[in-house]
Amino acid sequence: MDYDVFRQFADSWGLAYLTAVFVIVVLFVFRPGSKKIYDELSKIPLKDDEHVK
Amino acid sequence: MFKFKHELIEKNATLLLVGSLLVVTIGGIVEIAPLFYLENTIEKVEGMRPYTPLELKGREIYMREGCYNCHSQMIRPLRDEVERYGHYSLAAESMYDHPFQWGSKRTGPDLARVGGRYSDEWHVAHLKDPKALVPETVMPKYAFLAETKLDYTLIEKTLKANWWVGVPYTDEQMANAKIDLETQAELDGDEIDGFEERYQKASARVWDNNPNMISEMDALVAYLQMLGTLVDFDLYDANANKR
Amino acid sequence: MSIYSIIFLVLTTMCGLVGAAFAVDSVFAFHSWLTVAISLAFLFWGIRNYTTEPADQSRYMDGVVRWGIIATIFWGIVGFLVGIVIATELAFPEVNLFKEMNFGRLRPLHTSAVIFAFCGNALIASSFYVVQRTTSARLALGNLAWFVFWGYQFFIILAATSYVLGVTQAREYAEPEWYIDIWLTIVWVAYLIVFMGTLFKRKEPHIFVANWFYLAFIVTVAMLHLVNNMAVPVSFFGVKSYSLFSGVQDALTQWWYGHNAVGFFLTAGFLGIMYYFVPKRANRPIYSYRLSIVHFWSLIFLYIWAGPHHLHYTALPDWAQTLGMVFSIMLWMPSWGGMINGLMTLQGAWDKIRTDPIIKMFVLSLAFYGMSTFEGPLMAIKEVNSLSHYTDWTIGHVHSAALGWNGMVTFAMIYYIVPKLWGKKEIYSLRLVNAHFWLATVGIVFYISAMWVSGIMQGVMWKTYNAAGFLEYSFAETVAAMFPYYVIRTSGGVLFLIGALLMAYNVYRTITMSKEEEANIETVTEAAA
Repeated sequence: MDYDVFRQFADSWGLAYLTAVFVIVVLFVFRPGSKKIYDELSKIPLKDDEHVK
Repeated sequence: MFKFKHELIEKNATLLLVGSLLVVTIGGIVEIAPLFYLENTIEKVEGMRPYTPLELKGREIYMREGCYNCHSQMIRPLRDEVERYGHYSLAAESMYDHPFQWGSKRTGPDLARVGGRYSDEWHVAHLKDPKALVPETVMPKYAFLAETKLDYTLIEKTLKANWWVGVPYTDEQMANAKIDLETQAELDGDEIDGFEERYQKASARVWDNNPNMISEMDALVAYLQMLGTLVDFDLYDANANKR
Repeated sequence: MSIYSIIFLVLTTMCGLVGAAFAVDSVFAFHSWLTVAISLAFLFWGIRNYTTEPADQSRYMDGVVRWGIIATIFWGIVGFLVGIVIATELAFPEVNLFKEMNFGRLRPLHTSAVIFAFCGNALIASSFYVVQRTTSARLALGNLAWFVFWGYQFFIILAATSYVLGVTQAREYAEPEWYIDIWLTIVWVAYLIVFMGTLFKRKEPHIFVANWFYLAFIVTVAMLHLVNNMAVPVSFFGVKSYSLFSGVQDALTQWWYGHNAVGFFLTAGFLGIMYYFVPKRANRPIYSYRLSIVHFWSLIFLYIWAGPHHLHYTALPDWAQTLGMVFSIMLWMPSWGGMINGLMTLQGAWDKIRTDPIIKMFVLSLAFYGMSTFEGPLMAIKEVNSLSHYTDWTIGHVHSAALGWNGMVTFAMIYYIVPKLWGKKEIYSLRLVNAHFWLATVGIVFYISAMWVSGIMQGVMWKTYNAAGFLEYSFAETVAAMFPYYVIRTSGGVLFLIGALLMAYNVYRTITMSKEEEANIETVTEAAA
């Protein structure tokens, strides 16, 4: 495979693919209903830190 | 249908580990791997050869003393750098450098083409006491190099290790490593023809003005004096090597 | 100590003896004997303290964290001190007294001491603390965590002694020779196993985001270390090796490593610290947990590409340089996303910056993180880089991040964690914390502004032409012009060190504090709680 072909692929499909992955991650994270779960998770460090459960 | 849940990752340590590893591998593979197989990564040039045994030992001293912390060996194709230091550096010029010594900081000047710019006497005097020649300098003194005998007991193995990592030393060069080293530092008349045949453009002489001992100074100066002198730029075609 | 530890120590003793017997150079012999001596010392101690009693699983394993924090403080002071020595050497070269003390040998000692010894110990200790608290599980695999701690200290000793004795791979931030690299690999794999093992036995169903950052840091550093240090030794009983790659490929491999030492050691790992300790000290949940997930994946994905910006205009092919530049600029976004997430955690409790000097330190560290992650992408633009590269501007940039971000966030973490670990209600003196804050801040400002001026000035001087069309300044003239800034930089470093010494004193007083003293110390009034 020569460099130009490689480069062209990266500039088109490669770029589109990575953008899509990014958009999917963001959409997933901000999906409705996730806020409640994440609010719960963000409290993990604030729990008791002296004793093993 | 399989429904992907980020929760799966959030709850599974192995998936998190594998996922992170995959994500961080992509960049390295796409950037580094092509350098090894794209043919135009290293320019086509005339004159490159592996280091002579003495130069190789000099290079070891250059690394040991951490010269790379203050001196680069990479001239960028910018007007002022080309005028100050000479033709910009090519990838081909460090193709036998294990490791590369391009550097990242110029507390002192670039050394990529320092070879042949100053006399041996200048280098020896400068390394012994930099301030005597350059009053503004902040370079430490390296007088001890002239008093330290060069240890080259492992020189055959050193060439062999370089051969292992891809430097094209011939069997003849590896077999004669010790003789070549001594020849280049002491001007041993008997072996000079063989040495010059094995290493083009290599010169043999007493480098540190002390013929009684092969010192670390001999090796370092021999190395400095060949830096950037190998490639024949009259025969170099910049347009054919666009990358 | 268990039977496995004893077998392991017998093995290392034997390795050391074989190494000493066949060593082909003096440093290898020295390191072999050092291995024997240290193995025997641990063996002696281990046999005297032999026990088969399992550890109490209902308690967290904090001993190793306590030692880790002390090691962090100790190596921090060593690293800062060596930094001051080499800064002095650049202003007054007479200070290069003998070859072991020359700038070229001490500079790797400084960088390794602060990055690997100071920051590394802070990361290992804090990760052991955080992973236990956020999984509600004791560290896995018994004393393996202790092996990680002592094995890592041994790695530091080997590396440090080798540099001053002139043993180096001459790869920036990867100077340790092949056999030290192998030892670090063993220690690091043990670290990964302890960390993963603890995640496996967790009682909290979810893995808290700080652990993601720690895990990415551990596993990526393992990968970087292995690839960048591939080499063929000249002799298996000697120090010297030759790197597998050469020239341009080697350069990119090295800076892929070098940049991601910044990205994963000094950024991802420290973000793990930030995501646990900032919410904890502020007693508020992180501003946006969603943002932290996006932050994590985009940061680790983008960082790994940015290495080539260290090689702009070099013999590296243009396509690689362009890729490096583009990704470096994009990196600005996740970096600021993380900074905002940390800062906004204080939303609704901004008064804590005024009342709590530890929170104030966290905030300043995030501000420096934001500043240097803005400056970094700027310097990764080729046109800017043509001026900044090879100059002190780079040194200033690195220190605004290392002193401002890594240093400050570590100090704040230490002030928070020490009373917790030694069972005190608060650090001995919050006023000393405040003094440390100001000494360090002023020190950093001295340092980075001196380096901005000297860096930009030298870059411009190199490029100045006179009316006749010739270069105006010789290289030596540009060196002479640096002198006042090198003096200012050194003084900034001294202030920073004094701050760290205050911290050491403060920590010492906290640990040894009596009940009466503890009753009388000042604490931060919990306004929000």
